[in-house]
Amino acid sequence: MFWRETYIVFRRQLRMALRNPAWVIIGLVQPILYLCLFGPLLEPLAGQLGAQNAYTLFVPGLLVQLGLFGALFAGFGLIAEWRAGVIEAERVTPASRTALLLGRILRDVLQLFVQGIVLIGLAFLFGLTGSVPGMVLGLVLTVLLGAACAAASNALALTTKSEDVMAPVLNSIALPVLLLSGILLPMTIGPQWLQVVSDFMPTKYIVNAIRELFRGDFLTITTMWGVIWTIVLFAAGLYIGTRTFRKENA
Amino acid sequence: MIHARGLARTFAGRGRGKEKEEVTAVAGVDIDVDEGEIVGFLGPNGAGKTTTLRMLTTLLKPTAGTATVAGYDVATQSQEVRRSIGYVSQSGSTSPEARAGEEIMDHGMLYGISQKQAEARGRELFEQLDLDGLWNREPRAMSGGQRRRLDIAMGLVHDPTLVFLDEPTTGLDPQARANLWTHISDLRVRLGSTVFLTTHYLDEADVLCDRILVIDHGSIVASDTPDALKRQISGDLVELVVSDPAQAPAAAALLERIADTDVETDATSVSARVRGAGREIPGLIRALDAASIALESIEVRRPTLDDVFLTLTGRSLREDA
Repeated sequence: MFWRETYIVFRRQLRMALRNPAWVIIGLVQPILYLCLFGPLLEPLAGQLGAQNAYTLFVPGLLVQLGLFGALFAGFGLIAEWRAGVIEAERVTPASRTALLLGRILRDVLQLFVQGIVLIGLAFLFGLTGSVPGMVLGLVLTVLLGAACAAASNALALTTKSEDVMAPVLNSIALPVLLLSGILLPMTIGPQWLQVVSDFMPTKYIVNAIRELFRGDFLTITTMWGVIWTIVLFAAGLYIGTRTFRKENA
Repeated sequence: MIHARGLARTFAGRGRGKEKEEVTAVAGVDIDVDEGEIVGFLGPNGAGKTTTLRMLTTLLKPTAGTATVAGYDVATQSQEVRRSIGYVSQSGSTSPEARAGEEIMDHGMLYGISQKQAEARGRELFEQLDLDGLWNREPRAMSGGQRRRLDIAMGLVHDPTLVFLDEPTTGLDPQARANLWTHISDLRVRLGSTVFLTTHYLDEADVLCDRILVIDHGSIVASDTPDALKRQISGDLVELVVSDPAQAPAAAALLERIADTDVETDATSVSARVRGAGREIPGLIRALDAASIALESIEVRRPTLDDVFLTLTGRSLREDA
């Protein structure tokens, strides 16, 4: 029953996304632009950054960026749906509240998954080398992180119910996270104080873990921390999201 | 179908000095609706209509009191309540860029109906609600009336025994409203549904409702048939405006002969309530003419729900009052 309801919501979301492919295309073009326009700048620097291959360093960061940003902004669609009365209409049905949330998150996760595959596939053309099983695992971590962000974003959307409130909140979260997670450049090249600050950023451990996975290092302390943080964030996101969807309900 | 006792809802609000303060939205209402009844729920904005409706439809937890809806307790048997009721909210129920048919099928399936059944029921409802040919239409490309009928179809896809309609005709043009009224009365005739609706309009309540509940400041202040409520107001409001203020007292004296209430005079205007004003006006005009009182204008207003409300509560139904 629960999975059927989740599937109904997921199918509806997917159908509407595919019918208006502008967002899907924008989502795909973004990582491609980074790869084509930013990647070449990193190539000559790779040696100084302590990497064999610029793309093994760069692509994990792009993956996490995709996971964070694509998903964090997923909640905007929910506000439009809430305004159209869709959320209320779904909440008077006996369907599980968790299914209403999960179906939406699955759509975002599927989009992220496809974007990740396109990104990795394209990066091979640019000269990405490394462990393929590691890349698969890295993509799994990215997708779980994306699910957490999408859930949190949906919760925020349903709480604020206003794009005008949500946009500044998200931007004020997203920018420091982007800068302090070592997404574009590893934090190890920064001064001590910046490294210490970035130690408080869970996403930094995830980026580092995915980098190690790409290199084929599976059983290291770094990957362990990355996996732990991913699971913690995933559980927290799902918990907050579900609680918000349940709230104000008898 | 609905039995509520002392149903109340308070919200945590914040006072001027930032101290916490409880805001009472609904202060303990008793509601009884029998099977097959069409009941109207009337009150100004902020009186607690929607809050009450949201409690009865399991969207909001009551802070006190109990309610059984379609035989189930809203607090402990919300799943069963949801299965038995249809709710057509004021804000709509479909995404503007989805397709109407797919929306109704998905909605039906969330109630556990098979895809095939949901499609069959959806198409049947489209036909009954004059939406044929719009199955693949996007709601944003529909007229206001079509969208409201689509919302009603969405609320009926699982054959509920009780339907809640929140201001079903607000914002529609007169034809679309009249058309929707037929469809709402049909709900009872065709499906034997019980209907609970909120409205601002007396004519709507008149046409549709067996009974009206009036709510004000979170409490029910009257529960009666539309006719009985209107009888509390004696007649139509007749207002005369005379050209010369000096003639106002004379006009007032003539109006008083046919008036059922005290005559109110205000500079050049004279007004009173008159039962069956249509029959009385010709005589009044002749009398005014005979007394050579020059009239600027004459206006006759039928009693509105606003007047009913004013009589019951001493306040206007409009939100600024």
